Amino acid sequence: MEWYLPPIWAAVIGIAVAMYVILDGFDLGIGILFPFAQSETERDQMMRSIAPFWDGNETWLVLGGAGLLVAFPRAYAVVMPAFYLPVIIMLLALVFRGIAFEFRTVSRSKTWWSFAFIAGSTLAAFAQGVILGGLVQGVAVRDGGYAGGSFDWATPFALFCGLALVAGYALLGATWLVMKCEGAVADRARAHAKIALAAVLVCMAVVSLWTPLAEPRIAARWFSLPNFYFLWPVPSVTALVAFAIWHWLERGRDVPPFLAAIALFLLGYLGLVISNFPYLVPPSLTIWDTAAAPASQIFMLFGTLLLLPFVLGYVVFVYWLFRGKVREGESYH
Amino acid sequence: MGVVSGIVLSYQFGTNWSRFSVAVGNVIGPLIGFEVLSAFFLEATFLGVLLFGFNKVPPWLYVLSAVVVAIGTSMSAFWILSANSWMQTPVGFTLKDGVAYPADWIAIIFNPSFPYRFAHMLNAAYLTTGFVVLAVGARYLIAGTHIEEGRIMLRMAIALTAILAPLQLVIGDQHGINTLQYQPIKIAAIEAHWDGALPGDFYIFAWPDEKAGHNWFELSIPKAASLILTHRMNGLFPGLNSVPASERPPVKLVFFSFRIMLGVGLFMIAAALMGAFLWWRSTLFESRWYLRIMAHCWWFGFVAVIAGWVVTESGRQPWIVHNVLRTADATSPVPGATIAGTLALFVVAYGVVFWFGIYYINRLIAQGPQGSAAGDGGKFSRRPISAAHS
Repeated sequence: MEWYLPPIWAAVIGIAVAMYVILDGFDLGIGILFPFAQSETERDQMMRSIAPFWDGNETWLVLGGAGLLVAFPRAYAVVMPAFYLPVIIMLLALVFRGIAFEFRTVSRSKTWWSFAFIAGSTLAAFAQGVILGGLVQGVAVRDGGYAGGSFDWATPFALFCGLALVAGYALLGATWLVMKCEGAVADRARAHAKIALAAVLVCMAVVSLWTPLAEPRIAARWFSLPNFYFLWPVPSVTALVAFAIWHWLERGRDVPPFLAAIALFLLGYLGLVISNFPYLVPPSLTIWDTAAAPASQIFMLFGTLLLLPFVLGYVVFVYWLFRGKVREGESYH
Repeated sequence: MGVVSGIVLSYQFGTNWSRFSVAVGNVIGPLIGFEVLSAFFLEATFLGVLLFGFNKVPPWLYVLSAVVVAIGTSMSAFWILSANSWMQTPVGFTLKDGVAYPADWIAIIFNPSFPYRFAHMLNAAYLTTGFVVLAVGARYLIAGTHIEEGRIMLRMAIALTAILAPLQLVIGDQHGINTLQYQPIKIAAIEAHWDGALPGDFYIFAWPDEKAGHNWFELSIPKAASLILTHRMNGLFPGLNSVPASERPPVKLVFFSFRIMLGVGLFMIAAALMGAFLWWRSTLFESRWYLRIMAHCWWFGFVAVIAGWVVTESGRQPWIVHNVLRTADATSPVPGATIAGTLALFVVAYGVVFWFGIYYINRLIAQGPQGSAAGDGGKFSRRPISAAHS
């Protein structure tokens, strides 16, 4: 077995998941903030700010799922049945949210599709958080297959992680609106961003205390020596970034809060990776246990190295093309 | 809709077919992965430019975006059909402890049934769209609204379908001969052909009795199936009785689905050729009887495509990967009640989606195109469905 292939693939999938969480995070966040808008006109403006992007953003979720199937089929085959209900709920929520985008603009009464957009976005975010939390807590595995029940994922910790991700996406969404909108929408988003930031910090603190207390392997990873010497900057930088977001929101800056919110997400993500590497399905399956045949990993790696730079290139191009504030006068669609 | 249904697919391999993912993930995985990387992103990203970028990009880039979306969609079809064809005619791998390991990627991608399936499906997609355009154009001419647009739609749709619909029959025929070589029992089910020692009749109608092993109420063209499949009147091909009942697909489902596909397909050929004939006689736009029929034919392609997929997927049973993995051994360790519950949720969700979709599309069609066909620059609506607004 080529030992170096699984870490490379773990990095590729890690990048895809990070891209997804950040990119779809802000547009799911718009849905989470939708109920707090004062009128359907404001909601139009919020939707307009993400309309050209959301389709491409969700494709990273397809890459995450397909990437797991390609590179770690044995992990894929354990994780999906283990989180069967949250995964299906997430998929259905994303379906409703996706069609709400289309139908809301053509419907005579926007209220129902606004509701579908809110419910779909929030539920999808919550389900993703539950899956993440459940994964960190561990999955029962026997003979390489899932060995638990349909509701093993429904623990207090996983449900808390669901709420935490809803707060996190709300922060990304609010800072995105600060960056892309003007007037009342932007002002309100600035206030929402502060509330969401406070909620996110509480959630991060709780998860950071809860996981080492509940899982000795995570406590050992962070607090043993010499690990601690290398790892203490992670929480410290996180605190600094959080302060920076607050500061820039107060100072009325438009773009920096969003970029700093992305940094906050990446730091939280890094924390999870440090806690769990090399486990892909804690507490039993590592990236090496679950890897696909080397021939499959090499073939797809070749394709990925060839194609992913192009993908990143035109994603950047589209964001550049639709840069700047969304104007009042421009029609949606 | 493309992206949300794509997400569902890339997760359901795991949620519902986890043992399939373990057994053949080494082979199927990269095919799906290449689809996502080479096609899905291209399509989803440039769709944004196509729908929202009209005022933001120069015309050449706008046209290029449309071409890129078309290329992306076709490449999607390439990889998905490759993956599905490998499940029908698996080659280029070795089997160890029930897990498939790739040996030859070119053989896997271009597996024996792939060229036929890819051509058949791509052509079917064009035909489906062609008939939708034909029906909408006919509706406008009957109603006397948007006459110029209606004529353009009719001419474009007939020019396309008059070539592709007959071509589809040729591709389908070749595909059938390929299937006979690699999946003879699927062909036996399609033809409800029980006894391999006799030449095959083509049954226009029959009621296959799977317990008794023969057909009731046969209405047949003698030896026509042999002629089609072997190109000889008395050519022989395997019958369903050559394998035990446990190795046969559900005969009635395969048999009737095939006849629905074929019947609709033959009607599409007739309709397209009749349109071309009327066009040649310069009476197309005045032939109201023809327009009245065609205005109701928008759904033909959809039905034929779905029926065709039912034939090929149910015809492969009891295997999920032909002669490699049984469908019963491919499922996830999830309780039946959980699966039934989520299936019901999907039925309800898709029901709502399609009901509203059809409702809005009809309203959009009734409203008609905005701006003149001569080209009204930036005034027409860029995003098709948004025209249904107000």
